[in-house]
Amino acid sequence: MALPNDTDPKLAEYAHPERLVTTSWLAEHLGSPGLVVVESDEDVLLYDTGHIPGSVKVDWHTELNDPTTRDYVDGERFAQICGERGITRDTTVVFYGDRNNWWATYALWVFSLFGHADVRMLDGGRAKWVAEGREMTTDQPKPEAVEYPVVERDDTAIRAFKDDVLAHLGKPMVDVRSPGEYSGELLHMPDYPQEGAVRGGHIPGAASVPWARAAAEDATFRTRAELEAIYLEEQGLSASDDVVAYCRIGERSSHTWFVLTHLLGFDKVRNYDGSWTEWGNAVRVPIVQGSDRGSV
Amino acid sequence: MTLPPQLQELVDDFADVTPKQRLELLLELSRELPELPERFADAADTMEQVHECQSPLFLAVEVDDTEHVHLFFSAPPESPTTRGFASIMHTGLDGEPAADVLAVPDDFYTALGLAQAVSPLRLRGMAAMLGRIKKQVRAATG
Repeated sequence: MALPNDTDPKLAEYAHPERLVTTSWLAEHLGSPGLVVVESDEDVLLYDTGHIPGSVKVDWHTELNDPTTRDYVDGERFAQICGERGITRDTTVVFYGDRNNWWATYALWVFSLFGHADVRMLDGGRAKWVAEGREMTTDQPKPEAVEYPVVERDDTAIRAFKDDVLAHLGKPMVDVRSPGEYSGELLHMPDYPQEGAVRGGHIPGAASVPWARAAAEDATFRTRAELEAIYLEEQGLSASDDVVAYCRIGERSSHTWFVLTHLLGFDKVRNYDGSWTEWGNAVRVPIVQGSDRGSV
Repeated sequence: MTLPPQLQELVDDFADVTPKQRLELLLELSRELPELPERFADAADTMEQVHECQSPLFLAVEVDDTEHVHLFFSAPPESPTTRGFASIMHTGLDGEPAADVLAVPDDFYTALGLAQAVSPLRLRGMAAMLGRIKKQVRAATG
């Protein structure tokens, strides 16, 4: 039994309001049967310093990635991750996390690869919940293990691989990294962790739209009108476009994927998770340096 | 490799426990990061955001008349991992001779055995932190 949708008026403006919940909705529904709250953070220790009561932790880095292949876990491991946390195939899963839900949207995207039906983001994430002085706890929940089916991951609809991107050149693409990463100049900064790429720059034709432009000061998503002003008016994209988004390892671009797909209702947005760490190291793929989009 | 004694002790502490306990140890260290002295308060307000992929970290390095290094850090409470890394640096290097700090291998942190629990990608933050400390030590010692 899925939980009721949040009927908040701001959310109602979005293309798929059922993909979001507000902090007040979550506070009201905490502990409901059929609901599991998942915290996914950039900071691996943050959950342990305090979290939303009853929430479980899923760490993208160490749990959703295959330990050997550069890929996500398979259906069996995914079933284990969910089952251990009390998530069944019908559970409503609400994701939240630090840094504007950056990693939480990544986790939601991975759940979507496995076709988990009812996935929702907590608008404003951890920052808003904390700012509102809502309850936090360090108590570790002990969910009862449940059965989660072993499902095949579908990498065709919302995920793009390098060859897909090569075939996509000339069609709309969004590079969501910072301007310095887009131009390639950040690769030359001494004493800073690098992109893990031999060359800096961007994929020819990709528009530079840093992901955080879609987030408001309080970490909530910008309103539908504000998002349309950025992606439709300024960038000239339309909801019927076939779009690929990428960043460095696919984490920031899953935030943009969520915005375009669920908030603006785009039909076909794929996240290229190989992103710059793959493209910037791949042999003979075209790149553009500097702030111009360039073309192939 | 030769590490300053306190740093070696920390490395041994990490090596002696399971990956899960290493996370708990890092969390404990994050809580022990000393507060910034008053004189840095204003500077820390303008904490440099080094890179979009990293948590903000304020770092000040002082080298005294006897060529010993003193480290000062500040990182927000919502960045416990960064605070934990900073705390390792502080515990292991504060008060050590500049030459010994500069001699710490850039990859010493691999001996902490955190790759499995923290992920190699996150650990790069630790490498960057040591790089910045050494850079400031070199600048201060001419």
